[in-house]
Amino acid sequence: MTDTAADVSVGSDNARTPSRRSLLAVGGAGLALGAAAAGGAVAVTRTGDDPQPVADSGDAVSFHGAHQAGIATAVQDRLHFASFDVKTDDRDEFVQLLKDWTKAASRMTEGHAVGEGAYGGLPEAPPDDTGEALGLKPSRLTLTIGFGPSLFEKFGLADRRPEALVDLPKFPGDNLDKARSDGDLCIQACADDPQVAVHAIRNLARIGFGKVAVRWSQLGFGKTSSTTPDAQTPRNLMGFKDGTRNIAGTEKARLDEHVWVDAKDTDANSSWMTGGSYLVARRIRMNIETWDRTSLQEQEDVFGRDKGEGAPVGKAKERDEPFLKAMKPDAHVRLAHPDSNAGATILRRGYSFTDGTDGLGRLEAGLFFLAYQKDVRKGFIRVQRNLSRSDALNEYIQHVSSAVFAVPPGVRDSGDWWGRALFSKEA
Amino acid sequence: MRAVRLTVVTAAATAATLAAVTGCTQKSDAKSGGDHVVEVTATDDKCDVSKTEFPAGHVELSIENKGSKVTEVYVLFPDDRIVSERENIGPGTKQKLTAEVKAGSYEIACKPGMKGDGIRQKVTVTGGKAVKRDARLDKAVAAYRTYAQEQADETLPKVTTFTDAVRKGDLKAAQAAYAPSRIGWERTEPVAESFGDIDPKVDVRADGLEEGQDPKTDWTGWHRLEKALWQDKKIGAREKELATQLDKDLKDWQTRVGKADITPTSMANGAKELLDEVATGKVTGEEERYSHTDLVDFKANVEGAEKAYDLLKPVAAENDAALTKELDKQFAALDTLLDKYRKDKTSYEFTSYDKVGKADRKELSDAVNALAEPLSKLAAAVVVK
Repeated sequence: MTDTAADVSVGSDNARTPSRRSLLAVGGAGLALGAAAAGGAVAVTRTGDDPQPVADSGDAVSFHGAHQAGIATAVQDRLHFASFDVKTDDRDEFVQLLKDWTKAASRMTEGHAVGEGAYGGLPEAPPDDTGEALGLKPSRLTLTIGFGPSLFEKFGLADRRPEALVDLPKFPGDNLDKARSDGDLCIQACADDPQVAVHAIRNLARIGFGKVAVRWSQLGFGKTSSTTPDAQTPRNLMGFKDGTRNIAGTEKARLDEHVWVDAKDTDANSSWMTGGSYLVARRIRMNIETWDRTSLQEQEDVFGRDKGEGAPVGKAKERDEPFLKAMKPDAHVRLAHPDSNAGATILRRGYSFTDGTDGLGRLEAGLFFLAYQKDVRKGFIRVQRNLSRSDALNEYIQHVSSAVFAVPPGVRDSGDWWGRALFSKEA
Repeated sequence: MRAVRLTVVTAAATAATLAAVTGCTQKSDAKSGGDHVVEVTATDDKCDVSKTEFPAGHVELSIENKGSKVTEVYVLFPDDRIVSERENIGPGTKQKLTAEVKAGSYEIACKPGMKGDGIRQKVTVTGGKAVKRDARLDKAVAAYRTYAQEQADETLPKVTTFTDAVRKGDLKAAQAAYAPSRIGWERTEPVAESFGDIDPKVDVRADGLEEGQDPKTDWTGWHRLEKALWQDKKIGAREKELATQLDKDLKDWQTRVGKADITPTSMANGAKELLDEVATGKVTGEEERYSHTDLVDFKANVEGAEKAYDLLKPVAAENDAALTKELDKQFAALDTLLDKYRKDKTSYEFTSYDKVGKADRKELSDAVNALAEPLSKLAAAVVVK
């Protein structure tokens, strides 16, 4: 317990001041740079493995903007994704929650504690903030909200549901667990420090008790795709680089074409989505053990890339333009490529997950797939139809949960809030 | 385990109640070492105070434990009622304790090892005026004390019905009398648990036993009998002994319950703790794993919480109207939800919890969270002006 009320003199802000841990991290970066100057050869091998300079990983990502952070933002290392059911039928109460959430989210992404902080308040009441992120850097935390199709059945919003927010069709091979699929809304927390991401969802869930309830959630690690063109594509749990051709956060033209909803894509009822995007979340379980018993040749055939460099079949470098016809007809890369899907391109920012073992001793692991696109029909559905039918990878994976969300545009400034354009009566 | 936690909460709450009533949590007397600061040096056999006379109002005890044992320090009224207390002061540590005191005689007590009556020092508080406690809160505490006593008084005959059936070897009658015999206890559990020694005798579950304790000899109380009645379906000599032991232990509860330390904030946090009991034991079906009568306990816990809340509500509503509005709503929602599991709203016959599916348990859990979160803010609403 903390001291009695009398000797509390600390401000209530509970900001995360630079901690010993983060100072060490900065020091580490300095040492690495020193090594680079002293011995070039060593430094070159190192840089390939370090997608971000160490010091950058503690920075804050701006919460405000035309688009929500956490979509085109350079992918962070960790994820905590939560889907919620709405428990209230009071529109005003729900709107107040969105405002409270927005405020808390903007504070947390700046590295501040929620509300009055984690300590220094009344001793007999629980603190506003749970406190486990105190002393940690902002860690590039982004918080991104999405609204599920079922939300539009509530609060008289049925006519505001965008046409592009379709229910996903049943794909061959799906084995979906309803208890961890769907949801009225979701919040995606990404950060370079897992504690920061978990803290964010935990505090938002707490603020939401009584108004919303967590339906399911997923932790992720080791980003499996890159939205920074200069970095090496990270590997998935199958040991392969996947998503090399992903849209980079810096490719404005491709983002405008494939990811951000434009005013001309909307009508009077869905104009609130301008500047937003659509998110598909799929928990894809991998049959890790059988994959690991598969010959290297088959593994490489399944993906259509080599395992070492990640180069497409017949090419030398991972970013070389793939020659699809050189791949087997059921190769994953070939079937997922825009050229095999009438140009369909999605922004992927999935994460690996491992939830221990499954009771049969098998690793309960796989890919938590997250994809953003301008229109789910022309994006994920198009690609997944192709994959679910023919992909050689299907023997080693199974889609076990699924959800789709309309991700509204960004929060413009401190007076704006998540979902304002959808919920404001005048909008 | 819970009992200890409650005591700590109570202690902090007591200190804060008095400090916060006047909102004087930021007094800087401590640093200047003014009239209002009393230095207390505690050792294993001494309790030295820097002054034995000080002016009324805000008083701060600056405590240093120079002894080898964990100690606690009290400010007591002449009749031993607690003005303010601070527990768990470890050897070599310093702590502060604040109190709002009126003129009169008091005692400061240190309790090395946190046992016994403590080493006492008489002190005199002179002149000045201290802020009066809200009489409505004193009334609420008195009413809750009466409620706790009534629950114990009404429970004892129901316990006898249960234990008589066990002693007669009547399995069916004992099963029927089991859940009703627990209702009064479950309604006021935090008060009962605050004694520390009764709860482990009457309400412990098999997994609550410590390493080295033998379930055959050391496991006593309701849940041991529950296992005999539902899992083993046998009543033997040992069960009859245990029934008589349960009578005895609960009589002890009945005689002591009226003397428990109760404050407005301990009532409020006790209400929240009743919901915590539901969240950790009942919603999961762990509490009544053999009889599956969890929903009876669930209901009783909620009723007990609601009672404490109702008594505090007049003050809480003044300080935080939004909170009491939310609590009214969430209590009603949970009560409505629970009613789905009983045919007759006047009876305590609830659906057997093993018949409650996963999705329904989630719904119950969501409703408990929806109530417990705002309920955790009730204590603040009865101290803040």
